Parts: sequence; C-alpha cells; structure tokens
Amino acid sequence: MNRRMVFYILGQMFKSAAALMVLPLLISLLYGEKCVWSFLITIVIALVIGVPLAFFCKTEDHVIYAKEGFVIVALAWFALSAVGALPFVISREIPSYVDAFFETVSGFTTTGASILTDVEAMSRGLLFWRSFTHWVGGMGVLVFIMAIIPSVSDRSIHILRAEMPGPIVGKIVPRAGDTAKILYLIYIVLTAVEIILLVIGGMPLYDSVIHAFGTAGTGGFGIKSDSIAGYSPFLQWVITIFMMIFGVNFNLYYLLLRKRVKAVFKSEELWFYIGIALVATIIITVKIYPLYTSVGESLRLASFQVASIITTTGYATADFNLWPELAKATLLLLMFTGACAGSTAGGMKLSRVVMLFKMIRREIKHMLHPRSVGAVRFEGKKVEDGVLSSVGSYLALYVVCFVMIFFVLCLEPFDFETNFSAAAACFNNVGPGFAGVGPTASYADYSALSKIVLSVAMLLGRLEIYPILFVLSPSTWTRK
Amino acid sequence: MVFNRKIFSERNDTGQMPFARPVSQEDAMNIIVAGCGKIGKTILNSLMAEGHDVVALDSDPMVIEEITNIYDVMAICGNCADCGTLEEAGVAHAELFVAVSGSDELNMLSCFIAKKMGAEHTIARIRNPEYNERSIGFLRQQLDLSMSLNPELLAAGELFNILKLPSAVKIESFSRRNVEMIEMRLKEGSPLDGVMLSDLQAKYKAKVLICVVQRGETVYIPDGRFVLHSGDKIGLTAAPTEIQKLLKGLGVLQKQSKFVMILGGSRTAYYLAKMLISAGASVKIIESNPERCRELCEKLPKAMIIQGDGAQQELLLEEGLRRLDAFVALTGMDEENILISIFAAANCVPKVISKVNRSELGLMAERLGLDCIVSPKNITSDILVRYARALENSKGSNVETLYKLMDGRVEALEFNVHPESELTDTPLKDLHFKKNILIAGIIRGRKTIIPGGDDVILPGDRVIVIATDQRLHDLSDILK
Repeated sequence: MNRRMVFYILGQMFKSAAALMVLPLLISLLYGEKCVWSFLITIVIALVIGVPLAFFCKTEDHVIYAKEGFVIVALAWFALSAVGALPFVISREIPSYVDAFFETVSGFTTTGASILTDVEAMSRGLLFWRSFTHWVGGMGVLVFIMAIIPSVSDRSIHILRAEMPGPIVGKIVPRAGDTAKILYLIYIVLTAVEIILLVIGGMPLYDSVIHAFGTAGTGGFGIKSDSIAGYSPFLQWVITIFMMIFGVNFNLYYLLLRKRVKAVFKSEELWFYIGIALVATIIITVKIYPLYTSVGESLRLASFQVASIITTTGYATADFNLWPELAKATLLLLMFTGACAGSTAGGMKLSRVVMLFKMIRREIKHMLHPRSVGAVRFEGKKVEDGVLSSVGSYLALYVVCFVMIFFVLCLEPFDFETNFSAAAACFNNVGPGFAGVGPTASYADYSALSKIVLSVAMLLGRLEIYPILFVLSPSTWTRK
Repeated sequence: MVFNRKIFSERNDTGQMPFARPVSQEDAMNIIVAGCGKIGKTILNSLMAEGHDVVALDSDPMVIEEITNIYDVMAICGNCADCGTLEEAGVAHAELFVAVSGSDELNMLSCFIAKKMGAEHTIARIRNPEYNERSIGFLRQQLDLSMSLNPELLAAGELFNILKLPSAVKIESFSRRNVEMIEMRLKEGSPLDGVMLSDLQAKYKAKVLICVVQRGETVYIPDGRFVLHSGDKIGLTAAPTEIQKLLKGLGVLQKQSKFVMILGGSRTAYYLAKMLISAGASVKIIESNPERCRELCEKLPKAMIIQGDGAQQELLLEEGLRRLDAFVALTGMDEENILISIFAAANCVPKVISKVNRSELGLMAERLGLDCIVSPKNITSDILVRYARALENSKGSNVETLYKLMDGRVEALEFNVHPESELTDTPLKDLHFKKNILIAGIIRGRKTIIPGGDDVILPGDRVIVIATDQRLHDLSDILK
C-alpha cells in the first residue's frame, strides 16, 4: 500500500481542518466569546500535526488504488472528528472528550444526534462550528480537498468513490477534481438560496445560516431546544422543501444546468423518492389529523417530519413520539430507506432499494420460469451483475452491522424502542429516534461505551460500511 | 547562455508529474476518444496529461471499468457510432473527436456522425491498406475528416527515416528539412567520450548544437563546459549537411541501409518494405504464415519473402543475418522482437530496430542494450498530441512543429516569430529565459543559424526551442 500518499493526504486534511476552523473563530470573535481561544489552540494543533505530515510524507509516487482510497477516507474521517471535537473540550462547554467526539462525529456524518441537554446554553461560535461540520461532512471532506487542491492524483476517483454514497459513483465531467468543484458549487449556491429565503421569512441571519447548514448537509443540529417548532409556518415550509432538495442526487442538478431537463424527469430514483415521500405524508396526515386543529397544520407537520426523516436530516417541528403507532412505523421505515444516492442524505439509499425490489421480482420470475432470462434495468440501463451482487451483499452487511450495534446498545438499561431507534437513527445518520432518544430528548444518558459504538455506527453509515471495515482489518496494514 | 541544470529524475521537485496540468482551465479542450484499445489508452493518457478534458468511449464494460480506475477521464460504455452515446459524451461541445476503435468502418461512421452532431474536428484511424492506397483522399473529403491516422504507415515512416541514417536512434526535421534533429547514443569507445562541448566545433568543424543529453535516468540541457561520456544519449540539431560532416568526422557515418531483413510480415512490414524498395534497398521478409507470404509476394514483387519461423536462429543465419546492414523485428509479440533483436545484435548486425509496444518492456529492452526501439502507439499518440496542440494554438499561438525526445521527456518546438514579438532585436544573452529552455536554432530564409549569445532574433524568423519540464504554447512563454 502506498502509505506515504495516504499520510500525505491526511496531512492535507489536517491543514484543511485548520482552515475550516477559521470561520467559527471569526464568528466567536464577532460575538466576543471566550471560545475564540479553544479554536485558536485547535488550529495550532491541527497545523502542528498536518504541516509536518504533509511535508515529510510528500512522495513522488502519486498512484493510489481502491485500497488506498478506502483507507484514506476512513482515516480522514476518524482524524477529522478527533480534531473537530477539541474546541468543545478545550472550552469546557462539553467537558468529556467522548461526548465531544460523539457530537463531532454526529456533525460530520450529518447525523444530528446530540448529547447536549441544553443547546441554548452553548456559545454561538461553538454552535456555528457544530452546524458547519454538517455542511462540510454532507458533501464530503475529501471531496472538498479534491476541489481545492489541483490534481491530488490521477486516480482520485478511488477517493471520490469511497466517500460519495450510492451503489454507482460516476463523474459528471471528465476530471475528478472538476467534478468535486462542480458539486461543491451547486451545494454552495443551493445553501445560499436557502439562507436568503430564510432571512426573507424573518429568521435572524445567524439562525438562518445555522439551519441552512443543517438542511444542506441533511444533518439536523439546531440551536433551539424545540428544533424548528418555534419558527413560523412559512419558514417550516422553506426548510421542508430544501430538505427534499438536498435529498436529490446532485448529478441531476448538473443535468439541469446543462439544460437536459428531459433526462432529469426520466430519473427513476427521483420519481420513487417523490412518490414515497407523498405516500408517507398522506398516511401520516390522515393518522395525526385528530391530534391537531386543521388539515393545513397536520399536513405541514406530517410533510416536515417525512422530509426530515427520509432525507435523514432529523429536524423536528412536533414531538412525533406522541403520534399514533402507524405514523411512527412509517417514519421508522423511512429512516432505513434514506433518500437518493449521490445526495447528502444517509440510509440505504433509494436506488439500492429499487434495485433490490427489481432483483426480487427477477428472482420470483426465475423461479416460476426457470429458463427465463431476465435483466434488471435501472434508470433506463441494464444493471451489471457485479453491481447487483454488490447491492445484495451491501444489504447483508448492513443488516449484520445494524444487529451488532443494536446488540451492544441492549447492554443499557433502556427499553427496546429507545435502543432500536437509537441504533437505527445513528446508523442511518438521522439523529433523533423514538422514546428515550426522541426529538425532545438526547443521547446524554448513554454510557461512554455506547457513545463510542454509536459514533462508529454513524461513521459506518456515512461512509457506507466498507472503508471502516477495511481500515479495521489487519490484512490492510500487513504487507499482503 | 549558461545552462547546466539537473532537470528532473522521473519527476521534478514539486512532486508533480513533469508537465502536469499545463493547460489553464480556459484553454482545456473537450476531446472524445472512441475505442480504448492499446492506442486509445495511450492517446487518453497523453491528452489527459496535456490538461484536456477527455471523455472515453468503449463498448466493453470491463475496459470502461479499468479506464475509470486508472485515468482521470470520464468513461462511457456504449457503441461509439450511436447518437445516444455520443450525446451523453457531449459531442456537440467537443473540439476534437478521435475514433481509434479496432474497426476502420466503425471509426469512419462514428466520425461522420460526430461531425454531423457538432464535433469541430474529427480524426479516424483507418488502417486497411486498401482504403489507404486508393480512396483515402476521397474518404477524408467526403467524411469531412480533419485527419486520418494509419499507425502502421506512421511507424513504417519512422523506421524508414532511421534506416536512412542508421547512426541515429531517431530523426526529426524542422522547417522543411532545413534543420534536422537527431537522437543518438554514444557507444563505448566513441571519439566523443570525454569531449567538452565548447571544443566540439573546433574539433570537428561542424556547426552542430548538442541540445539535450540523457545520462542514466536524468536529462540535462548542457552548457559549454559539459563533458560527454560514452553511454549518453544525445540530441543534436544542425543542418543536414553539417550532421553528415560531424558523423563523418566521428567515423560513424553509415550509408543508408542497403540490405535489410524484416522479421514478421505485418502491415508495418509491408509499408516499410515498399518504402525501402523504392529507395533502392534490398529487402528480405521472414514470415511464418504461408498464406500471408503469398499475399506479400503478390504485393511486393521485388522483395524476397521467406516462409519460416523467425525465432529459429539457424534460419536467420542461413538467410545471411551476419551480412546485413539492418535488422528490423516487427512481429506482433514484443517479447519475441526483443529476444531476436538481442540475437541479431550479438551477431554484429550494425543496426537493429525492434518494435515494442508495451512501454514497460521498452524500458527493459533498453536496459538490455537495444537502443533503437520503435513503438507505433507512441508515434500515433505523439502525432495526435501535436495536432491537439496545433488546434489549441490556432486560437492564438503559433507552434509550427512539435517533437518529443528522450521518451517524451523533452519537447522540441518550432515557432514563427511575429513582428510584434518582444524577443526580437535583442541579443540572446540579454534576454532572460526561464530555466530549462534552450534556443536550438534560428532559421532565416534558407539560412540556419546555430545561435550564440550575440545572435539576434528577427521578425519573420523561425525559432527552434528545446524545453524540458514545461509545455510551451507561445514563443513569449520562454521568457521569465
């Protein structure tokens, strides 16, 4: 394995982390808060690690293979979370390092699960950093590095593939670096539009930026104890729509820019996404109608919660813990499906779900007509058998990982619903679960062990399992 | 001009590939390469290194997979003559469309469609001798092709050039043969061993300029105090008569090869034999396939065709290997070519040329002592790069010819000097050149000047520039 290149990119990653932290530093300077120092110290630490690492590991051999791609991504995410947690600890606002690590991983993986019991007591600089991690983690840290450092390697597609979610990761323009740039550009523009709309709707600028970051990364960290519930219906609708927008495959936006509207509307996954969201909204609206005063209100609450859960954002405008069982079950299912591949959302990804259903149909047909030849078509093209089997094995691995996480959580003295939904919410990068970890509660009561397991679960979910598995397997590090 | 700098050993100090991303974003062209066989991949690689945005098309999903893993290009799986595939590749915005699939007819058809769909320039590989001999002009005109490529013919042309002046490894000519540039290796015991460059002119009374020296893995642009060693590979420029004078002085002048044996009756062999015969040489072709032998016999009545296994040493000796002027190994197998060439060299054949397509084998063969290696795919890709550079230049710059030396690590370019150029009317010693740049010749009318510090560039001159770690797009690029 090309270890020098791995560590070189890690060094670049530390440097970028330092650069990213300048923004919250400025915010806390602006508000004259004490956490300025914690950011300064962290920046120095990141530079002290990053500069020598990038300098001494600089290598002439830029060739990386799939293995290096996975290892770089996994290590980068661990390291970034470890450094990103420091400001919370140094400022003593989250005194325990495990808690701070959980919070940062939850930020970067765009989960939005929090151990904070009183968000409103935090300083504004740190809250900004917390939400900024969503924004960076949503599109990907290494994608960001690829966008700003010209041609890291000719084979950076391996990094792109390891970091971007979805069964098939393709480039939208010939160069991986340019692809990263275009994706980030679309991301920045969409975020800016949301900020503007929120400000127009009467939300203070600081709150708008924070919530736009949370929406864009499909993260879900807010700055109020009641999440979005306190804001006006107009603002809630804006956030609902933007959550849905960020759950769409970003390649489609590029197609829109290239004026290939037809191709966008032919996207099977997009229609499936919209369809599922509509059906879920209708079911929930009908079920919760008796609890609220008007159809409008229940429709607003239902659609907000559906958008929030299907895109794995995790904002809330209602305590859905109190909703009828069918509504809760619908939301739980949405947690697992997630939104489109190539978006900032977590979960299984709808394209996998669609392919799995098509595989099942082919299998049934094959059983009834053993000599029939069937091809699975998706997005108008035949799906290669290799992709299908990887989707199948991903599902198996996904279930195994989920069961293991759930099993560890059951060491805790909480009820089944809490533990199950906590595992699901973290593994799928949603954030809030049900019962003890519902939208009004937090993960603070879990033990340190469970918090670490949940942190790993969030990373597994965000990076789609494989990178983390490879980095933990000894054969990656031996000479084989 | 004082230059003596170690240029780069494989890669330069910044850790980047030499010549990495030379074209600025705005100049990058959209190029589509259809068909990704041996030649297609070489073309992809060099166009990508030139900084263009390249899209690759191939109908084999395995090839597409491999390409996305290795090269930073976009690869699309599909038939390259299919409108849908071409549209997906963005043919309407493509400046250049290159069809190099295995089939001539497919190449022509896809170029035709690409042109109709809006590609600016199209280039097709047409290798069938029947198309090439009678109808190529008609085809090119009717299909609106910018250029047709015949790798075998190009390779044969290069081989023929070498056999005309067997002392050299490679010959290129500038400005309608007014200036030639030859690459040659100093053999053990060469009279040039230990000669300081400043003494060269006085000693041999020939106006030549040694402009690049490759020693081991390192390339130098030498100054007057540079001392040559045997084993160096040197590149020199001069008028053709001066080169003859020098070679005579060195006692290595070999007349054009008269007795040539070609191993393998490939298409390249056919073209080469035809050229040699019309230049008055006697040619013997050894081919194992009786069918092919008869065909060659019909087409080349003046050549002697031997049916037999060229790997049999007895056969080669019987056919007069030891009395040959030159031996050319052109079988389809790189390994066979290398081994038989070594055998020929051991039997004191003065000039041995071997065709080796795989670059890694080429390097090994050079280490084994075969200095004259010809690779058809590299010749083809050099020509394409030259064409692409010229296209780019038609947007404002003025490169006339471009050659690659020393395995592509050095470039020699010929520029036209515009009247408003800032280089004119100043003695060369007063101009501040970038490092690793050398003015190797000034052509004024019919006169060739090998420049010294007092010479002046005048408007209307043509200037030959040698550059090593950069790509030049305009003459003004050579100044600091």
